[in-house]
Amino acid sequence: MAKIIGGITTSHIPAIGIAMDRGIEDTPYWKDFFAAYPPIREWLNEQQPDIAIVFYNDHGLEMFLDKKPTFAIGCASQYENADEGWGIATIPPVTGETELSWHIVNELVENDFDPTVCQDIKVDHGLTVPLSLMYPGRNYQHLKVIPVCINCERHPMPKPSRCYALGQAIGRAVESFPGDQKVVVFGTGGLSHQLDGERAGIINADFDNECMDKLVSDPEALTRYSNDDLIEIAGAQGVELNMWLAMRGCMLGNVREVHRNYVAPISNTGAGTQLLLPE
Amino acid sequence: MTEKKETWGTIKFDGPMATKGYALNKMCYSFNGAEGREEFKKDEAAYCDKFGLTPEQKEAILKRDILALQREGGSIYYLAKFAGVLGLNVQDVGGLQTGRTTEEFKAYLDSQGRGKSNG
Repeated sequence: MAKIIGGITTSHIPAIGIAMDRGIEDTPYWKDFFAAYPPIREWLNEQQPDIAIVFYNDHGLEMFLDKKPTFAIGCASQYENADEGWGIATIPPVTGETELSWHIVNELVENDFDPTVCQDIKVDHGLTVPLSLMYPGRNYQHLKVIPVCINCERHPMPKPSRCYALGQAIGRAVESFPGDQKVVVFGTGGLSHQLDGERAGIINADFDNECMDKLVSDPEALTRYSNDDLIEIAGAQGVELNMWLAMRGCMLGNVREVHRNYVAPISNTGAGTQLLLPE
Repeated sequence: MTEKKETWGTIKFDGPMATKGYALNKMCYSFNGAEGREEFKKDEAAYCDKFGLTPEQKEAILKRDILALQREGGSIYYLAKFAGVLGLNVQDVGGLQTGRTTEEFKAYLDSQGRGKSNG
């Protein structure tokens, strides 16, 4: 059976991609942030996962408000990136996957999740920045990616508890897939930040650290927050925690944390990174 | 119905706001493409009219009034694309919304993280 070998959480902010393009990872502002990644890259290199399930949100590249899915999953053999309007470089196509992804879709619908199924979508920085971080030099095309997009931009948004349950359903689907594929799961975005309004700029480092603790030991405690709670505590875009919860849901049982980093601010956010392995 | 919280300084981008701001957000969505950005720069008012913006939305675009654009239904994700056309980053936009200079806004961010222990 296919196996989830680990879970990774990471920020996906565009400034990271821009910093990598400019080669300024070692400057005082960035070095503590980028220091988080070599151990994760090393682990990926040792483990050589076949497939990555990436939970991300689309910030208005593919999914405009005209047709905006609550949950969407890609079942394509390739995904293109494109101009997002404000200067992040477009990266080469991402390799997709069409067998496990359809199996996940079948299992999700069977288990009362009804995602939008996508055979041709562009993926934005929410997905491409994490891939670029894990595989410097954009050396990611050997990895087959299954994008899972969660609405974090327009209310109503799926609840934290629902995102966690979605992850659990995907985790069970992976476990029931015949094959010996090694699967890694990415929870991207977060942590606390607010881009909009007079309250723009709020960061809650204490809460972010608590989230990282709870993600390991008691993720269900985090599912008791509502999205309104997250806005209040962690800022309007603090709801991106939902993608971390979906990742954690996939891991089903207990996990151990083998690596963690937290730097705030990175751009306007608290930037957390974790590598979790199943126990 | 669950109890809905309101958070100070935050306009929740929900169904009514998405309805109010649809044309504005659609215009900003067009800034993903270089063609849209160039056409806007050539004649901003005409580009607003092409997308059917309300007079309030159009005025807020011409005045670069980010908070007014949110009150008129603009989503921050699409307004970020407008900010990109203007050559502004998210710290610049944070400053504009909070009455700070960009440097003051960055210092505010820092005071909640790395700069915390420095008082």
